[in-house]
Amino acid sequence: MTERELADAERSGATRAPMDSDVDLHMPAVEAELRPSPWPVLSAISAGGVVGALSRYLVAQAWPHQSGGFPWSTFVVNVTGCFLIGVLMVVITEVVTGMPLLRPFAGVGLLGGYTTFSTYVVDIQRAAGAGAAWVALSYLALTLVCALLAVAAGTALTRAAVKGARR
Amino acid sequence: MTLLLIALGAAIGAPLRYLTDRTVQAKHDSVFPWGTFSVNVAGSLLLGFLAGLPGDPAWTALLGTGFCGALTTYSTFSYETLRLTQDGFRFYALVNVIASVVAGLGAAGLGLLLAQAV
Repeated sequence: MTERELADAERSGATRAPMDSDVDLHMPAVEAELRPSPWPVLSAISAGGVVGALSRYLVAQAWPHQSGGFPWSTFVVNVTGCFLIGVLMVVITEVVTGMPLLRPFAGVGLLGGYTTFSTYVVDIQRAAGAGAAWVALSYLALTLVCALLAVAAGTALTRAAVKGARR
Repeated sequence: MTLLLIALGAAIGAPLRYLTDRTVQAKHDSVFPWGTFSVNVAGSLLLGFLAGLPGDPAWTALLGTGFCGALTTYSTFSYETLRLTQDGFRFYALVNVIASVVAGLGAAGLGLLLAQAV
C-alpha cells in the first residue's frame, strides 16, 4: 500500500460508519446471527428494549409537560439516545469486537427502546392540535437538528478518544 | 403494574423492529433504510390511533409507551441518516429525514382520524 492509499484508508476509517446499528444484511456476521437459533439475539434485543423503554418512561414521569408545552422529556431522551448510539457503534466496531450480543442488546434493544419516533410525531401533532403551532414546529426542527448533531458528535468524540488511547 | 405493561410491550416491540427490518432488507436491497422507515411509520400510525381513543392507562402503557416506543426508533433513524451522509448519499439522507417526518406525521394523523371514526 502506498502512503497515499494508507492516508485514504485512515481518513475513510476515521469518518465512515462501517455498519448499520439495527440490521445490516451486508455484514456476514449480522446476516448469520439468527442461526442456528434465533433466541439468543432476540432475547438480548427484548431485554434491552425493556430496559430502554422503562428508562424513557421514568424520564417522562420525572419531566411531564403540559398540553401545548414543549415535550422536553422526549426531546432529551431522543437526543441523548442518538449521542449514545454514535458512541456505541464506534465501540462495537473498533474496540469491543468480540461480543456478538452487544449490538443486539445495547443498540437494537436498549437505545432502540429508549428512543422513540412514534412519540415524537404524536407530540408534534398534539402541540399543533392544542394550538401551539410554534412549539410543534420548533420541537420538530430542534429534535431533528440536535439528534443528527448528537449522533455525529458521539461518533467523532469516541473515535478521537479511541485514537488518543491507542497512541 | 404500569411498569410491567410497558416492559411487556417493549419486549415484543423491540425484536419486532429487528425482524421487520431484516425482512424488508432481504426483499429490498437498497441504500435507503426502508426497514427503519417502515417500522417508524407503522408505529406512528398505531400511536396516532391510540392517541385518538379515550386514554385507558393500561392500554397506553402496553401499546403506546411499551410497544410503539420500542418498535419505533430515533437512534437508528439518526444513525442511518449520518451513514448515508458519510457514504456520499447526501440526497438519500435528506429524503430519509423529510420522508420519515412527513410520512410519520401523515400516519399519526390517519391513525387519529381512524380512532375518531370507530
